[in-house]
Formats: sequence, C-alpha cells, structure tokens
Amino acid sequence: MTAPSTATSALPVAGFPPAAVTAAGEPAVSCRNVTVRFVTDRRTVTALENVSFSVEKGGFLSLLGPSGCGKSTLLRVVADLVSPTHGQVNVLGMTPQDARLKRSLGFVFQDAALLPWRTALQNVELPLEVGGAKKLPSGAPTPRELMKLVGLEGWEGSFPHELSGGMRQRVSIARALLGGPRILLMDEPFGALDEITRDRLNEELRRIWQETGTTIMFVTHSVYEALFLGEQVLVLAANPGRVTELVDVDLPRDRTLKIRETAPFVSIAAELRELLGRGV
Amino acid sequence: MSTIAETADLLPDVSAAEAEFARRKSRETWRRRLLPAAGILGALALWGAAVWIFKVPPFVAPSPVAVFATLTAKFGLLMENLLPTAIEAICGFLLGNVTAIVIATTFVHKKVLEEAFFPLVVIINTIPVVAKAPILVLLLGNGMEPKIAIAALICFFPTLVNMVRGLESVNPQAMELMRVLSASKTEVFLKLRLYNSLPYLFSALKISASTSVIGAIVGEWIGSTTGIGALIIQATYAFDSALLYATVIVGSCFSMLFFLTITLAERLVVRWQAPTGH
Ligand SMILES: Nc1ncnc2c1ncn2[C@@H]1O[C@H](COP(=O)(O)OP(=O)(O)OP(=O)(O)O)[C@@H](O)[C@H]1O
Ligand SMILES: [Mg+2]
Repeated sequence: MTAPSTATSALPVAGFPPAAVTAAGEPAVSCRNVTVRFVTDRRTVTALENVSFSVEKGGFLSLLGPSGCGKSTLLRVVADLVSPTHGQVNVLGMTPQDARLKRSLGFVFQDAALLPWRTALQNVELPLEVGGAKKLPSGAPTPRELMKLVGLEGWEGSFPHELSGGMRQRVSIARALLGGPRILLMDEPFGALDEITRDRLNEELRRIWQETGTTIMFVTHSVYEALFLGEQVLVLAANPGRVTELVDVDLPRDRTLKIRETAPFVSIAAELRELLGRGV
Repeated sequence: MSTIAETADLLPDVSAAEAEFARRKSRETWRRRLLPAAGILGALALWGAAVWIFKVPPFVAPSPVAVFATLTAKFGLLMENLLPTAIEAICGFLLGNVTAIVIATTFVHKKVLEEAFFPLVVIINTIPVVAKAPILVLLLGNGMEPKIAIAALICFFPTLVNMVRGLESVNPQAMELMRVLSASKTEVFLKLRLYNSLPYLFSALKISASTSVIGAIVGEWIGSTTGIGALIIQATYAFDSALLYATVIVGSCFSMLFFLTITLAERLVVRWQAPTGH
C-alpha cells in the first residue's frame, strides 16, 4: 500500500475503492465543465464557464488570471463554499462537501483571517476546537511543530496585532496545515505583502510543499509567483471566466529565487504573459 | 577604525537623547495629571468667589464650602438615600443588559424575529424616559420595581443595537474559515460571534452604566420618599441648595464609579486590539 505512485495499477487495491486512475497519476482535484453563475437583483454574472482541469495528488497548481476571472470562485467551488451551477467537481474521489467534512482541505485567505482575540498558537489550534475534529490524526504535526515549520518558533504567545503582515500570513498557513489536509487552497495569500517578504514566503512555501507532500492550488495575479511556485499554471481569462490554457512548468523541483533569471524561466514567463494578453 | 571611534562618539549622544526623551515623557504624564486637577480647583475657587462677591443668597446657590460642610454633616443621610438608588441602578443595569444580550442572540439566530420585532423596539425607544416613567409607576406601583424597570429600559436599547451589530459584523473570511472547518452554528457563535461582539458590548455597557443611574433617579422623581432622586426633589422644595448640590455630587460620584468599574472590566476582558482600532 505504500508503493510509490509510479507503480500505478488500474486494479483496485484491497480496502480502497477503485479510483479513476489517469496516466498522470490520480487527480486530487478535478473539475469537469464547471459553470458558476451568480444571480443578483440587477444581473447575472457568469464567474466561470465550462471550466475543466485536474490537479494530480501532490501537485502544485497556480491559478493565474486578471481580476474578476473567477479564480477565487474556483477555489471556493473546490472548498464547498460555492456550489457550481452545473458541472462536476471531484475532490479526492469525493464531493467537495464530503472532502470538507473529512477535513481534507485547508484554506488560506488573502487577509490571513486570524481571530484577533487569540494568540498565534491559539489561532493555529482553532481547527481542533470546531467541527467535531477534537483530536489530531496520529502522526500529524502538532500546532507547535507547525509554528516551527512556518518559522515562527517563539511567537506562539503573540496576538495577531503584534505580528507583521508576513508573520500573520504564516500563522494562517500553519492553521491551514493543521490536521494534515491533503489539499491546500490559497487565495492570493501574499498579495498584500511587500516584494521582499513575498519572495521569502514563496521560497518557504515551496519547501513546505516538498516537506508535506500536500496538493496545493495557489491563486495569484503575478506571473513570477505563479511560475516560481507552480508545477503547472492554469491561465484563466475573464468575462466569462474560462480556461485559456494549462501550462506545464518544466523547471527543476528544487528552486531558489535565482531561477527567475534563468532562460527557461524567462521564456515560460513570456509565454504566460502572452497567454494572459490573449485572454483579455 | 574610524567607524569604531565614531560609534564611541555617538553613544553618549544617544543615551543623552534617550534620557531627554524619558524626561519629556514623564513631564508630559505629570501635566496630564495636574492640569485637570488645577482646572477643577480653579472652577471651585471661581464658584466660591462668585457666590461671595455677588452675595448670592444660600437658597439660590450655595458656596462650595457650604456644600462640603453638608457633605460631611449629612453623610449618613446621603448614603442612606444612595443605597436604594444604587440598588435600582445596578438591578436595572443587569436586567436591561442581560435581556438585551439574550434578545440580540435570538435575533441573530432567528432573522424572522429580528425583522418582526426590531421596529417595535425602535418605537418603544423613541418614547422619552420622562414619559415612560409615569406609565411604569402606574403599572408597577411605588416600590423599587418601576425604578428598576426604567433603568433597565434605558440600558436595553443601546446594548441591543450594539450587540446585534457586534454579533453580525464578523469578518466574512473568518465566517468562510469556520465553514471550511465545518463548524456548527453554536461553535460559530461561541468561537467567533461572541468574541467579536465584546468590544461593541462594552461600549454599550459604558453608556448604560451612567444612564442606568439617570433612569433610577428619574424614576424616584415620580412618587418616592427615598433615593437620590427623592432627595433632590425634597432639597429643591425646601430651598436647601447646599443639600441639593451635595446630593447631585453623591449621585454623579456613584455614576462615575460605576463607569470606571465597567471600564476596568473591559480592560480585563478585551485584551486584544480591535481590528479597526487606532
Ligand atoms: N457572491 C457573489 N455574488 C455575486 N457575484 C459574485 C460573487 N462572488 C463573485 N462574484 C462575481 O464573480 C466574478 C468572479 O469573481 P472572483 O472573486 O472569483 O474573481 P477573482 O478572479 O478572484 O478576482 P480577483 O483577482 O480580483 O480576486 C466577479 O465578476 C464577481 O463580481
Ligand atoms: Mg479573488
């Protein structure tokens, strides 16, 4: 059962339901023809139209697109915060709702969304106090270990207003990682940070992704961020929100920020910018 | 080499500047303490001088000395009358605020109720206290009950409004977080809404602390023989201005103490900084 994923067989393994196995490995998240319409009093907005894609387990997908192209909506659909108007969404072989109830998802919001009356550590512990998950699965890192993982050892007792924006965002990443979610959804988590902090957190996020093996879907406006982080980049276009292209990022797994000056990086960045321009 | 020399030169300067900063800061603190005290003393002196120069008769306005003399001479009487007022104010405060908190909680859980009853609450609130008071005296008799009811009614409205706002104005992303965590409605209430409402609640409680005393006093104006309100009426009809002023001072001291208690409680409970704070 601990066989590496390269040895995929289409035969169902004992104790596991037969799963749809693709050539690229089992998808952690897959969407087929997902359309989301918001009906308000004055008009109907098509946030997403016929969006199909999939992310394999342990993958890192960047979602890149102009404002209003439905990136946040797409994450919300996966997290069961929004129901698609039609189309199928599959998360780890379950419906998004089951995946949410099983605590398979972690969500990192743009403004960290820490509870100001809780210390950093208490914020990380929140997932253990609600939703019926009173105990950590065995082997999962403790809140203190996660604080260390995000580089905040020694700040456990600080309140959010005593932390910098970057530190708050790290706390919120630690909170999202509590309980070992299989999928981490991040909606422009570093959008409000300065470039220096953002670069450092980007490197750390790559490291955390490699250490935890979590599948990550990461929303961003920045071509560089999308490319540096992602193993794949899903380029979206607006009005209505739709997929322009899914770009495979052919860069080494171990990346430092220096990679941004290398020729392959620059050429894929140019390609992404091309695709973004075409979508407008 | 030169850099070391420069730092060495700089060091005394830095500590001198720090000492200067500390000195200025402590001077600032003393200023903030002494100036109000000086202001109060000056006003008292001005009041005394005016009464003395214009030969104001004692039944119109007393001198501060006479008020102080009454405060000490009739201290027993004043405290005797403060007691019922304090009980009425505190009971009214508790009753009004607890009711408001309970109703706010129900409103947040059952939107239908909020839509049905909030307008009614607003209408009742527009009736001035002095108009509500006789109605309540007729309904509840001459004892402490109508005064408690008036104090409670005064406290009720601001707390209800603030509490509803505090419970509802949670960060939408925090709400989504709770949903991602599959939190139940009760958990959302206990872990999120309740804490979020505390700063709002306390700002209403601070208002209530003073207004509940006003409510009790207004209640006592209408048919009562004891209490700060009754004493104010009696002193006025007896042209005992010194007693009137002394009574008013006792009443406002109590009100101030009440307010300070709530402020202290707020500091103990709300230890975090509200996100929209300065
Ligand atoms: N709850 C909602 N009700 C109505 N319309 C909505 C709602 N949520 C999103 N929309 C609309 O759906 C479209 C896509 O929104 P979404 O937030 O997903 O965009 P986005 O790509 O995340 O944009 P940004 O980069 O600015 O965050 C927008 O036109 C928006 O107005
Ligand atoms: Mg968005």
